[in-house]
Amino acid sequence: MPLYHDDDQAMLADTARQFMAEEGSIAKQLRHWRDRDCKDGFGHGLWEQFAEMGFTGMLVGEDDGGLGMGHVEAGIVLEEIGRNLTPSPFLSSSVLAATALAGGDKAAREKWLPGLISGEHVYTVAIDEGAKHRPQRIAARAEKSGNGFKLSGKKDFVIHGASADMMIVAARTSGDDDDEDGITLFAVPKDAANMSHDSVRLVDSSMATHTIFDGVELDGDAVIGDVDGGRALLDRMLDAGRLGAAAEGVGVAGGAMDMTVDYLKQRKQFGKVIGEFQALQHRAAHLYSEVEIARAAVIKAQQLMDAGSEKASLMASVAKAKVSKTAGLAVREGVQMHGGIGMTDEYDIGLYMKRDRALAEFLGDANYHADRVASLSGY
Amino acid sequence: MADLETFRSETRDWLEANCPPEMRAPVRDERDVYWGGRNASFKNDAQKAWFEACRDKGYTVPAWPKEYGGAGLSPAEAKVLREEMGAIGARPPLSSFGIWMLGPALLKFGTEEQKVHYLGQIARGEIRWCQGYSEPGSGSDLVSLQTFGEDAGDHWVVNGQKVWTSYADQADWIFCLVRTDKSDKYQGITFMLFDMESDGISTKPILLISGNSPFCETFFDDVKVPKGQFVGEVNRGWDVAKYLLGHEREMISGADGGDRTSAIGAAMARHSNEHAGELDPLLRAELAMFDVDALAYACMGEKFLDEIKVGKAHPAQPNTMKYAGTELNKRRHELMMATGGSRSLEWDSKDTDGGTPARSWLRTKANSIEGGTSEIMLNVISKRILELPGA
Ligand SMILES: Cc1cc2nc3c(=O)[nH]c(=O)nc-3n(C[C@H](O)[C@H](O)[C@H](O)COP(=O)(O)OP(=O)(O)OC[C@H]3O[C@@H](n4cnc5c(N)ncnc54)[C@H](O)[C@@H]3O)c2cc1C
Ligand SMILES: Cc1cc2nc3c(=O)[nH]c(=O)nc-3n(C[C@H](O)[C@H](O)[C@H](O)COP(=O)(O)OP(=O)(O)OC[C@H]3O[C@@H](n4cnc5c(N)ncnc54)[C@H](O)[C@@H]3O)c2cc1C
Repeated sequence: MPLYHDDDQAMLADTARQFMAEEGSIAKQLRHWRDRDCKDGFGHGLWEQFAEMGFTGMLVGEDDGGLGMGHVEAGIVLEEIGRNLTPSPFLSSSVLAATALAGGDKAAREKWLPGLISGEHVYTVAIDEGAKHRPQRIAARAEKSGNGFKLSGKKDFVIHGASADMMIVAARTSGDDDDEDGITLFAVPKDAANMSHDSVRLVDSSMATHTIFDGVELDGDAVIGDVDGGRALLDRMLDAGRLGAAAEGVGVAGGAMDMTVDYLKQRKQFGKVIGEFQALQHRAAHLYSEVEIARAAVIKAQQLMDAGSEKASLMASVAKAKVSKTAGLAVREGVQMHGGIGMTDEYDIGLYMKRDRALAEFLGDANYHADRVASLSGY
Repeated sequence: MADLETFRSETRDWLEANCPPEMRAPVRDERDVYWGGRNASFKNDAQKAWFEACRDKGYTVPAWPKEYGGAGLSPAEAKVLREEMGAIGARPPLSSFGIWMLGPALLKFGTEEQKVHYLGQIARGEIRWCQGYSEPGSGSDLVSLQTFGEDAGDHWVVNGQKVWTSYADQADWIFCLVRTDKSDKYQGITFMLFDMESDGISTKPILLISGNSPFCETFFDDVKVPKGQFVGEVNRGWDVAKYLLGHEREMISGADGGDRTSAIGAAMARHSNEHAGELDPLLRAELAMFDVDALAYACMGEKFLDEIKVGKAHPAQPNTMKYAGTELNKRRHELMMATGGSRSLEWDSKDTDGGTPARSWLRTKANSIEGGTSEIMLNVISKRILELPGA
């Protein structure tokens, strides 16, 4: 498969680019909701538009009422989300939760997917139990209780945790905290008793929670996938999310780079536009090549994932690590090359820096994924 | 698609039957490379058999048309061949500046007669070429070159000096940039082809830091070059030169379009464990980050070739490949030195096959200089792709 978008994908990219630039722009969405101190961190009106465009259920199979598209297509939407810093539950709901639900039985899919596709509901996932992504270790426990389970433990960095209508929680149903086996995924509805959120606004203005489960009672049908055998599904969901974060990161990097290159062509100092200074040209050109490389890694990983290749996990980590490094470079160079104005709230370049930091941390930073590349490669 | 699959299985069978086991090992360095030419000799029977099998099949230049000595493969078939050769680790049967650089320029700018004559010889490995671009005062600023060809009726009389001419002392012919009009910097250069045995040409080797001496200073003292031996138009050789540089940069960048989805850190880690003791965690981290970059870069190579085929690639993109690829290759060899420890310092031992790690490490430093330096690549990217202003 060639490493570029086919005709249908290119058309989708045009549509997504135009739509997001108009409706998802920084002024209309990120700044708008931030300046109103919106508790959800995103606009529901835009989310309804996402549903009308068919974006919400892209990754849901056609049998379940979705569009049955792949990670390349989801990545196209995510790149435009990244370029416009559009706050939305697309990654948590339409990518992460959708991938997990795809591994659930028919009853679970029938229960949860229609709301996701229609945009009426948003979902999220609760994985991390600390400040760094470390899904190898899961301590939250779900004990058998009647014909259901009782869930206890704490989850951190739950994006949209307080506003999500349902969260998919990875918990341990047997074994020790570091065991591979013994993991089960549960669908926990918003109104579950004995669940509490400590809501925090993050540096990029998004909302996340520390969520505490204090004996949350769940029916047997809250289980997504297999009891005790959820690790594979968890990994699949995480890889989908990492790829999604990588695609969004390429958008962030590209958006920051474009803004910076434009600025270099306009700003005059010493009687010249500063883009004439070779010291800046070389850094911009270096950044460009890094962004190109990151973009190629992302589409390769997406295609492998869609093809069900055994190399998909390795390349998902390559993509996430490469993009984290590259987008980090793009925002640092962006702020620096904007000079003093780059430090002001009024200019958007700083917003890119904030979003990048949050994305870089989400589902594993560059070091985490480089380490995973080494492990998966046998060293 | 079905046709491609048939082609793949036929190719696999052909390679199985024709690629000797000795030719399925990585090329250590220049000692293992067959360059062809009038004075060429094979290192062993396997090298000879492999070369001849490929030559007869057109596989020294698989994508060139059959009438010029190629196999006439489509881009998709050529990719399959590359992949299948890659899968068994087959060595290139013939290495040649004729294939990488002059050939593509002739295919684009040559006359029919030149194509039949020169391309066939290149494909069959009969003539070894060298590249006479750089001069002592003209490296990055190539267009300032001074070597002059004076019109003498039916021939030019060429005087001047070239430098860094790789393998000039072993080459049969040279493709050379010669000033033929002093009044116009860009439109006063002619792209000439001539025999290194012509009277008045002499070469002097230059020793490199790797201890090898693959290149020379080349002197022209009243060399007669027949008037017919130019490519493109007289005084418009700069167009040919630039086109050729694009191919040279692609070649140096190592963009082979293969599906490289395997990390190489594992091999280096193993090597370290065998020779230098357990890999230390910081070095492992460096290897891991290198693998991230290298695997991602391989994707860019693949994407670039896919895009070229359908005309989607930016024409200046080879500069990006060259820049990123060569910087990466240097880093790779730094890491190989580090994982090898003191063993990789050995310059003449049997264990290191005559200092291969150290010599290769030193050689790679030229990657970001030859064919245009990294700084020049960045200049081109900022101007032609990012469209930043300035001279
Ligand atoms: C937090 C903060 C506090 C400040 N406090 C004060 C203060 O108290 N008083 C005061 O007077 N000023 C203050 N400044 C302003 C500060 O001195 C300027 O921001 C600084 O000198 C850079 O100028 P500039 O912002 O106009 O950027 P520009 O000069 O427009 O530079 C933009 C970019 O181009 C680069 N660039 C410019 N010229 C060249 C060149 N020739 N070669 C290569 N690169 C070049 C710059 O390095 C930068 O990356 C403050 C700024 C900040 C951010
Ligand atoms: C192994 C090897 C093989 C070679 N083979 C051949 C061959 O077969 N035929 C041939 O003709 N040539 C060959 N070359 C020569 C090669 O093309 C030149 O060395 C190269 O173009 C650089 O020129 P230079 O050495 O004169 O460096 P210079 O141009 O003098 O550059 C010196 C330094 O200044 C920097 N610099 C120069 N101009 C600029 C600028 N405008 N902006 C920023 N930085 C700048 C350069 O990047 C470099 O770091 C070979 C070189 C090597 C190392």
